[in-house]
Amino acid sequence: MMRLLRSAFVIGRRDFGATVLSKTFIFFLLGPVFPLVLGGVFGSIGSKVATQTEQPVIAVVSSPADFSRMEASRDRVSDALPGPGVVRLVHFNPEPNLAGQEQRLLNSRHPPVRAVLTGGLAEPHLTGAVEDDANAVGQLKLILTDARTPQLTEAPLGVTKVKTSTGSLVKDRALTAQIGQMLLFFLTLLLSGMVMSQLVEEKSNKIIEVIAAAVPIESMFIGKLFAMLAASVVGIVVWISAGALLVQMVKTGGVATLPPPAVGWPVFLALGVLYFGMYYLLLGALFLMIGALASTVREVQTLSMPVTFAQVVIFGFAATAIGAPDSTKALIATIFPWSSPMTMLARAAEQPELWPHLAGLVWQALWVALTLRLGAQLFRKTVLKSGPRRPWWKLGRV
Amino acid sequence: MDERLAVEARDLVKDFNDTRAVDGVSLAVPTGSIYGLLGPNGAGKTTILRMLLGIIDPSSGWRHVLGRERPLEAAPEVGYLPEERGLYPAMHAREAIAFMGALRGLPLSEARRRADTLLDEHQLADWAKKPIRTLSKGMAQTVQLLGTIIHRPRLIVLDEPFSGLDAINQGRLEELIRREAANGATIIFSTHVIAHAERLCERVAIVAKGKVVFDGRVDEARAKLRPIVRLRTRSNDGPWQSAIPAGARRDGEEYVFELPEGGPEPLLKALIDGGAGIETLAIERPGLHDAFVAIAGARTAEAMGQEKVQ
Repeated sequence: MMRLLRSAFVIGRRDFGATVLSKTFIFFLLGPVFPLVLGGVFGSIGSKVATQTEQPVIAVVSSPADFSRMEASRDRVSDALPGPGVVRLVHFNPEPNLAGQEQRLLNSRHPPVRAVLTGGLAEPHLTGAVEDDANAVGQLKLILTDARTPQLTEAPLGVTKVKTSTGSLVKDRALTAQIGQMLLFFLTLLLSGMVMSQLVEEKSNKIIEVIAAAVPIESMFIGKLFAMLAASVVGIVVWISAGALLVQMVKTGGVATLPPPAVGWPVFLALGVLYFGMYYLLLGALFLMIGALASTVREVQTLSMPVTFAQVVIFGFAATAIGAPDSTKALIATIFPWSSPMTMLARAAEQPELWPHLAGLVWQALWVALTLRLGAQLFRKTVLKSGPRRPWWKLGRV
Repeated sequence: MDERLAVEARDLVKDFNDTRAVDGVSLAVPTGSIYGLLGPNGAGKTTILRMLLGIIDPSSGWRHVLGRERPLEAAPEVGYLPEERGLYPAMHAREAIAFMGALRGLPLSEARRRADTLLDEHQLADWAKKPIRTLSKGMAQTVQLLGTIIHRPRLIVLDEPFSGLDAINQGRLEELIRREAANGATIIFSTHVIAHAERLCERVAIVAKGKVVFDGRVDEARAKLRPIVRLRTRSNDGPWQSAIPAGARRDGEEYVFELPEGGPEPLLKALIDGGAGIETLAIERPGLHDAFVAIAGARTAEAMGQEKVQ
C-alpha cells in the first residue's frame, strides 16, 4: 500500500508540475474570464436596449403645476411596481399651435415619444401609438387618477420585519442548492476532460511502458487523477478568490448576502470541496478509462461525447432532488454514484443532518476505487500488449 | 526458486484474443549473465519481456524475478528500456533521468544528483538543462538508457536496444552492457541481429513463433551443428571419394560437408591413403547464424536477414 501511494505521488508530482507550470495553464486560468467579459458586455448592451424599449416616453403638454402632481403620482406608482416598465413623463409647455406641437412631438426622436398627453389634469387626452400598449395606457390612467385625487396623508401601514419566514428560508436554501450543483457540474465538466487528454498524450509519448514496468497501473491512475485534482483546485482557488473579490467589490454586503445553507457556510463549503473531489475523481476515473481505451485524440472525442451527454442528463436528474431531499427520486440520485455528489451537496444546503454526508462520501469513495480498478484492468488488457491491437469494441472477447 | 537464477519462467503462455503470441516458454537466466533473446520481429520477444517484467500477466504459467513471484515487487531492482522509446518532450534531460529513478524508488534529490554524475560521465552535461525535444535521437536514447540504470538495478532488461543506433553508439552501448555485467548486474536483451547476440551473450534463447526453440550457452547452440569441412583436392576421382559423406555439396572446386562422426583423423587417413592429393582442407566451427538456421529454420533466418537489411 505504501509503495502504491509513493509511486502515485511520484507520478502525480510530475503531472502536477508539468500542468501548472505550463503556458497552457495560464490560458486555462484565464478561460472563464472570456465568457464573463463577453457576458458582461452583451448583458449591459442588452439591458440598455431593454430599458430604452421597455420604458415608453409620454410627452405631457400641460401647466407646470399639473405636471408636478403627475410626476409625484408617477413616482408613487413606480415605487409600488419596481422595474423599468413604468412610463416616463417628459414635460412641455403648451404652445399656441397645439395640433402642430402635438405632431412635432410625435415625430421627435429625442426623446422618442410614444404618445402625447394634452388637456392637463382637467381634461386629459392621449394621442399616440398606444393601441398595442395597454400597459402604458393603464399606468397613465392610474397616475392620472392618483394625481386628480386630493392627497391626504399616506395610509398608516405598520410594518414588523422578521429576518426569515419558513417560506423564504426554503426558497433561499433551494437557491443555494441549485447554485452549488451548477458550480459542481460546470467545474467538473471543464476539468475532467484534461485528465483524458493527459493520458492520450502519455500514450503518444510512449512513456507509458516505462511507467507500467516500474509501478502498478493503479498507482499511475491515482497519481494522474490526484495531480489533475490538485491542478483543478489551484484553478478553482484562483477563480473563486477572483470571483469573491468581484462580488465584494460590486455588491454591497458582498458574499454574506448569498442565501445560507442548512448546515451552515463553513460545513457547506467543506462538503462542497469534498463532493467536488469525489465527483471529479468519479468522472476522472471514467474518463481515464476512456483515455485508456482510445488511442487517438479523435477516438477520445468520439467516446467522451456520450459521457458528456450522460453528464448533462445526470445533472438534470440530480436537480430534481432539490426541494425534496427525502423523495424516492432523491434517494436514487443519491445512490447512483455519478449523481451522488451533486445530490448530496444539494442536501447539505437543505437539510442540517451531517451523518448522511459521511455515508455518501464513503459510498462515493468506494466507487472511485472500483472505477479506477476497472480502468487499470482495461488499460492493461488493451494498451500494454505486443502484436496487433484489437479495437476496444471487441474487448468482450478478450 | 534457484538462488543462482535472476529470472526463471516456466510454461508461459499469452493469448491475445484468438492469437497465441507466446506458447509455453520456459527460461532460466543465471545471475550475472548477459542473456540474449534472439528471434525475428513478431516472434513474441517483447511479449515475453513484458510478462517477465509484470507489465502484463501471462494467460498461464509462472515467472520468478529476483526471487519474487510478482515481478513488480522487484521493480526497484529492475531497469527496463522498452523497444518504443519515450520521454516527456518538454522535460529536461536531467529531470527525465531523475524521474525514471524516482519511479524506481529513489528519492528525487538523490536521483538528481546521480543524473548529474551520469550525464557528466557521458559527456552530456551541457544538455542537462535542455528539453528532450531538442536532443538528437541518439542523445535521447542515451538519456533513456541512463534513466534505465540510474537506480543501479540488479536486473537490466533491454528490448531491441541496438535498433536505431549508429555504429559508434552501438559500440558504446555494448561497452555499457559489459560494464554493468562486470559490476554484477544480470542483463537480458532482445535482438533480431545475430551478430549482437554472438558478440555479447553467454546464453541465448532462440525464439520463433512464440516458442523458445533453444535455450542455453552460445557454444552449446553452435555444438548443435557438426563442424564444416571444406576440402580441395588435386585428384578428381579415386578410392578416396568413399571418405566423402553422401550429403556433401560442391562449392566451385571445393567439397563442403559436415565433419563425420569419427572426427578428423579417420577422414584424413582415408583421403591420404586413397590418394586424394589434399590441396587445402579447413575445418570450420559453425557460427551462431548457422546454428540459428539449423535450430529455427531457414525461413526464420531469412526473415531476420531481411529485417537486418531494412
